[in-house]
Amino acid sequence: MNFLEEKGRYRGIFAWIFSTNHKRVGLLYLVSMLAVFSAGVILGLLMRLELIAPGQTIVTARAYNSLFTFHGILMIFLFVIPGLSASFGNFFLPIQIGARDVFFPRLNLLSWWLFISGAILLLVSLFTKDGPADTGWTFYVPYSIRTGTNVSLTLFAILLIGFSSILTGLNFVTTVHRLRAPGMKWFRLPLFVWSLYATGWVQILATPILGITFLLVIAERFFGIGLFDPARGGDPLLYQHLFWIYSHPAVYIMILPPMGVISEIIPTFARRTIFGYKPIVFSSLAIAIVGYLVWGHHMFTSGMSDTAKFIFSLLTFFVAIPSGIKVFNWVATLYKGSIELGTPLLYALSFIFLFSIGGLTGLVNGALATNVHIHDTYFIVAHFHYTMFGGAAFGFFGALHYWFPKMFGRMYNEKFAKLGWLILFIGFNVLFFPMFILGWQGLPRRYYDYLPQFQTGQVISTIGSWLLAAGIILIFTNLIRSIIHGEKAGKNPWGGTTLEWQIPSPPPPENFEEIPLVEHGPYDFGRKG
Amino acid sequence: MPDADIDIAVENEKDYTGSKIGMWLFLFTEMLLFGGMFLLYSVYRSIHPQDFHNGASELSIMIGTVNTIILITSSLTMAISISATQKGSRNLSTIFLALTIILGLLFLANKCFEWGDKFHHGIYPNSAELLKDSSGKVLFYGLYFVMTGLHGLHVLVGVILLSVMLILVINGKNNRKDYIKLENSGLYWHFVDIIWIFIFPLFYLIT
Repeated sequence: MNFLEEKGRYRGIFAWIFSTNHKRVGLLYLVSMLAVFSAGVILGLLMRLELIAPGQTIVTARAYNSLFTFHGILMIFLFVIPGLSASFGNFFLPIQIGARDVFFPRLNLLSWWLFISGAILLLVSLFTKDGPADTGWTFYVPYSIRTGTNVSLTLFAILLIGFSSILTGLNFVTTVHRLRAPGMKWFRLPLFVWSLYATGWVQILATPILGITFLLVIAERFFGIGLFDPARGGDPLLYQHLFWIYSHPAVYIMILPPMGVISEIIPTFARRTIFGYKPIVFSSLAIAIVGYLVWGHHMFTSGMSDTAKFIFSLLTFFVAIPSGIKVFNWVATLYKGSIELGTPLLYALSFIFLFSIGGLTGLVNGALATNVHIHDTYFIVAHFHYTMFGGAAFGFFGALHYWFPKMFGRMYNEKFAKLGWLILFIGFNVLFFPMFILGWQGLPRRYYDYLPQFQTGQVISTIGSWLLAAGIILIFTNLIRSIIHGEKAGKNPWGGTTLEWQIPSPPPPENFEEIPLVEHGPYDFGRKG
Repeated sequence: MPDADIDIAVENEKDYTGSKIGMWLFLFTEMLLFGGMFLLYSVYRSIHPQDFHNGASELSIMIGTVNTIILITSSLTMAISISATQKGSRNLSTIFLALTIILGLLFLANKCFEWGDKFHHGIYPNSAELLKDSSGKVLFYGLYFVMTGLHGLHVLVGVILLSVMLILVINGKNNRKDYIKLENSGLYWHFVDIIWIFIFPLFYLIT
């Protein structure tokens, strides 16, 4: 019997939404997040369609503002931030450390309930009061205080989702500390677990700042306290500081787990132990720590002292070092490996390629002089889509293909999966690469209209968005079809060495009949057996 | 196996160290929640030192001091209640836990009087009286109401939490062998106390 067939106290959908089994909670997250992701893609497609020609094409300026606001909210707060850790993390963290569940199973279910309540409230906020928020996902004051749109409910929904993120982080950190199987020493942990551990700390220590900031904006809207209101002596810049004190570390909440997945996929498909295990571990921790101290680079043009700018810029460059360490280690792992070019590896390789472009253009943003030139242009939009979509989402799709056989016990169609990847990869680059050029030429972001000289780039980009959507549809169709019609996968289709590959697919309800005894590191391919 | 996952939950809760780690991590998040506001306080204070000085002198040190004593005493009774449970004395634990709850309610009542008095004088967020004053004063009272308000909310949550614990102690669910829930609630209560220890001097004493 596996966890999908297990009979609990409840039937039907209740057997899922009231289950505290970490694998079911993980799948609940996965399904809800893929739904959110699809909604976000549709909003993105609408934006791209609006931008196919100058002037008003399909939506009004106000509707366009709401489109990019909700595209941002859905993709950032509901997809990439909880993303890999809440779905695959929930599913595989306990298995990879040799445990039967997370440390607080009921809290785990609660965190999904908070997440889904937040999502429902967001939906409600679209149709109530004076329409959907139009502030952008950053909710900068004073506009977010003044606008008549339904900002308060939106912020409250995000608060709930933030709380769910805190609970997930807290749960994972405790789980890693307390539930490792005998012999699973810290430096025998799979790198995905390490990345979740680092992420958990960031979730715990950064998210409350966002909580208090949004609470204050809500209070500002209801009671007119004045803390962020320049008319009453408040300082809007302080809002920006508080917002980015969370939202920059959040970038690492988004990117660390995908980096962990890449560190799993590459050794498995190169049949080699990972090159530089400890440097990868410490670079995860370094990214988590230094990532805290760089928030000011979002505000170089907002008004800060030159000393502050200099320090923030310098620290921003420091983050590039651990990220670089990881990239070199991944590439070195491939060297002289016995490479099998499966779909997960294709995603891992495109992650390295796209994330490198995103990371290096990040340094262009982080340098003070160039930042002034490209601030708030499409260059920024291209940059963070290369890191967030090219990085985090490609990592997510990689994880989806890598662990799909384990979760459902079936293989997907490899040919369609590769074709889907190819279309997605091409579509992604056609969609976002022109934005680097447009931004460099001075096209500002967040407007529904633009000057005619930018149209060529915009049209190419919009065509790219259709390709990308086609790729996503193909990928999803292939996977959904394979849940029912795929061939049986067996317990270790890729020849992986971490613990999840030692148990049946799909895993039994309690993962292990007997808690395993761990005697060697995670990527010991020499042992084979 | 209908109760498989419940068993795991029970099994984990016996791991006291793990449960306590979880609680401490939660308290870190609370600390940072208030940390954001202490940050705002320090920035606005450095911009408007004179207004913050004037604002502080308008608050009643008397009520503030009484509330401080109440909260510190309640931390003591909380600790005694936990010790009593650990030593197996259910009655003593019940009495001191009830005392803690009463002290918490006293604190809240005091707070109500204090806020009520300010409201009576027309001082509350967005009030015409307050907006006539300098912007530093608006910010001082803005922070005062938000910070003591959020703290008060935490005290209220604490009182509710401790009331649940009271039931668990009385019916023996928290006992000499299994007192982790009570102890974690105690940690929360001490935390709320500590936040007040910082709020009190910053708003009432430093002038």
